[in-house]
Amino acid sequence: MSAPVWNNKVVKWVDDRLPVFTMLHHSAYEYPTPKNLSYMWNFGSLAGFVLVTMILTGIFLVMNYTPHADMAFWSVERIMRDVNYGWLIRYIHMNGASMFFICVYIHIFRGLYYGSYKAPREVLWWIGILILLAMMATAFMGYVLPWGQMSFWGATVITNLFSAFPIIGDPLVTWLWGGFSVDNPTLNRFFSLHYLMPFVILGLVVLHVWALHSVRSNNPTGVEIKTPQDAIPFHPYYTIKDLFGMGVFLIFFMFFVFFAPDFFGEPDNYIPANPLVTPPHIVPEWYFLPFYAILRSIDFTVFGIPAKLLGVLAMFASIIVLFVIPWLDTSKVRSSKFRPVYKWFFLILFIDCFVLGYCGKKAPDDYFMGIEGLKVIVVGQLATLYYFAHFLVVMPIVGKLERPKPLPTSISESVLKEGANA
Amino acid sequence: MSQTVHSSGDHQPDENRRDFLTLATTAVGVVGTGVALWPFVDSMNPSKDVLALASVEVSLSNIPVGQAVKVMWRGKPVFIRHRTEREINEAEEVALNELVDPQSDEARVEKKEWLIVVGVCTHLGCIPMGTATGEARGDFDGWYCPCHGSHYDTSGRIRKGPAPKNLEVPTYTFLTDTTVKIG
Repeated sequence: MSAPVWNNKVVKWVDDRLPVFTMLHHSAYEYPTPKNLSYMWNFGSLAGFVLVTMILTGIFLVMNYTPHADMAFWSVERIMRDVNYGWLIRYIHMNGASMFFICVYIHIFRGLYYGSYKAPREVLWWIGILILLAMMATAFMGYVLPWGQMSFWGATVITNLFSAFPIIGDPLVTWLWGGFSVDNPTLNRFFSLHYLMPFVILGLVVLHVWALHSVRSNNPTGVEIKTPQDAIPFHPYYTIKDLFGMGVFLIFFMFFVFFAPDFFGEPDNYIPANPLVTPPHIVPEWYFLPFYAILRSIDFTVFGIPAKLLGVLAMFASIIVLFVIPWLDTSKVRSSKFRPVYKWFFLILFIDCFVLGYCGKKAPDDYFMGIEGLKVIVVGQLATLYYFAHFLVVMPIVGKLERPKPLPTSISESVLKEGANA
Repeated sequence: MSQTVHSSGDHQPDENRRDFLTLATTAVGVVGTGVALWPFVDSMNPSKDVLALASVEVSLSNIPVGQAVKVMWRGKPVFIRHRTEREINEAEEVALNELVDPQSDEARVEKKEWLIVVGVCTHLGCIPMGTATGEARGDFDGWYCPCHGSHYDTSGRIRKGPAPKNLEVPTYTFLTDTTVKIG
C-alpha cells in the first residue's frame, strides 16, 4: 500500500495537515478485498445506508414532533395528515427500523455461517454485538414516541422487567420512569435518548469499520488473503456491487413504504395511549419476538430464583452468549461450507430463531401452528433450550469431533476451480 | 532528581510518598466525579411536582355493595371494591399455605367491606380485568390479568399464573366513613 500522490493543490494542502484524503483513499478505494465475496457481503453497507436514512428522516420528523404525553400522538397524526410529505418521511422512518433489523440479522447470520467471529476478528464481532444492543435500545425508545396504546404498554411491560431484580428493582424502575408509572417524564427522556443513540451507533460503526479494515474482510471460503491475486481493490469492484445491491434493496424497502406501510406495525398503536386500559394482547415489534419468547418461556422457579427474574436473565443471556462464541467454537475451520456436520446445526439454529419468533407472537396458551395439544409455551421452551444448547454444547463438541472437508489452498484457487466446474 | 539521591538508599520513602499521592489523587478524582454525576442521575428520579400529586381523596358513598371503581393515583389505577359478605368470607377462609405470597386478608384491609389495591399486575404491569361489572374476574372471583393469565382473589392476592406477588395495598386513611385518602 503506497501513499497516494495528490495533484490538486488544495487537496494536497489539506492532506498534509490532516490526512483525511489519504485515509479515505486507503479505506474506500484501495482497501484490498477478497475477490470471492458473495451477495451475503452486501448487508453491512446496506445497514450503514439504513442508519444514515434513519438519522436523516429522524431529524426532519423532530421538526414537527412534540414530546409531550398530551400532544405526542396528535403531533404524529399532524405529521401524517398536514405536514408536506410528512407521511412519506414517517413511513420511511417507521419501515426503516424494520429494514435496519432485516439487514443486521442477515449480516449476523452471515457472520455465524462463515465463522467471521473467529480469530482475529473477535473485537470486530464484539463491536457488532454492541451495535445490535444499541439498536435494540434505540428501536424500543423510538416505538414509545408516538404514544399509542402499544407504545405505552410496550414501555410499561419492558421497563417492568427491571423490577425483577431483587432490592434495587423497584427504585430502578421508578428512576427509569421518573415517576410512579410510564408518563410524561418517561416520554421526554426516551425522546432525548432516542435522539442520542443513533450517534452512539454511528460512533460504534466507525469502530466496527476500523476493526474490519485492520483484520480485513472474511470471505465464503474462510481462507485469509495470502497473495495479491486473492484480492481486488474495493473501488470500483465493491463500490459498484454495493450500489447495485442498494438498488435492489431499495425496491424492497420502498415496496413497504408505498404499498404496505403498516405491514410491520400493530393497529393498536393508532389508538392514543390510555393508562387505564391494557390492550388484550401486547406484542413487541417483530424484531424483538424471539427474545420475548425466551423471556416468557421461563415460567418455573430454579433454586428459589423467581421465574420473572430468570426470564429476564435468560433474555439478556441470549445476547451475552454471542460475546463468547469465538471461544466456544472449537473448530479450526471458519466457513461452514467446509463443515459437513456443523452446517446442519446452523440450519437448525436458523429455523429455531423463526420458531422463537412465532412463539413470541402467539399467546402462551395458544396451540403451536394449530396443532391440538401442543402449546406455544412448550415449543418456546424447547426452542429456547436449543438456542442456548447450540452455542454452549453443539459449538464446542461438533468443532472437536467433526472432520472438515479439505480447504482450498487460496481464495484464488477456489475461484478458479468453481469457474472450471461451472 | 540526581543519581546520588537515588543511590543514597532513602528513595524508598520517596516512592511511598509518590504512591500515596497517586492513590489519594485518584481517590479524590473518583469521588469527585461520582459527586458531580449524582445530580444528573437524581434528576431522572420523580420530581417535586410528580411527588406533590402523590395523594388523592375519594368519596365512597356512591359505590354499592358488590361493585368496584377505578381511580387514578400516581398515574396508576387503584381498585376500590365494596365487598359482599360472601367475598369477605372467601378471602378470610383461605388457608395461608395455599397462597403464593402468603398474607392474611386482615393484613390487607382496614375495613372489611372495603378492599383497596393498586390495579397493576405484579407480573409486568398490565391492568387486570374484573373491576367493571361484567368483566371476567378469573377463577377466584377477584381479578384476571389478560396479558399473561394471572388470577387474583377477592383480597387481591395472587392465586394462579406468572405474577409473583399480591396486588399492592397503597397507604390510605379513612377521613370519614365515606371518604378515603389514598397516598
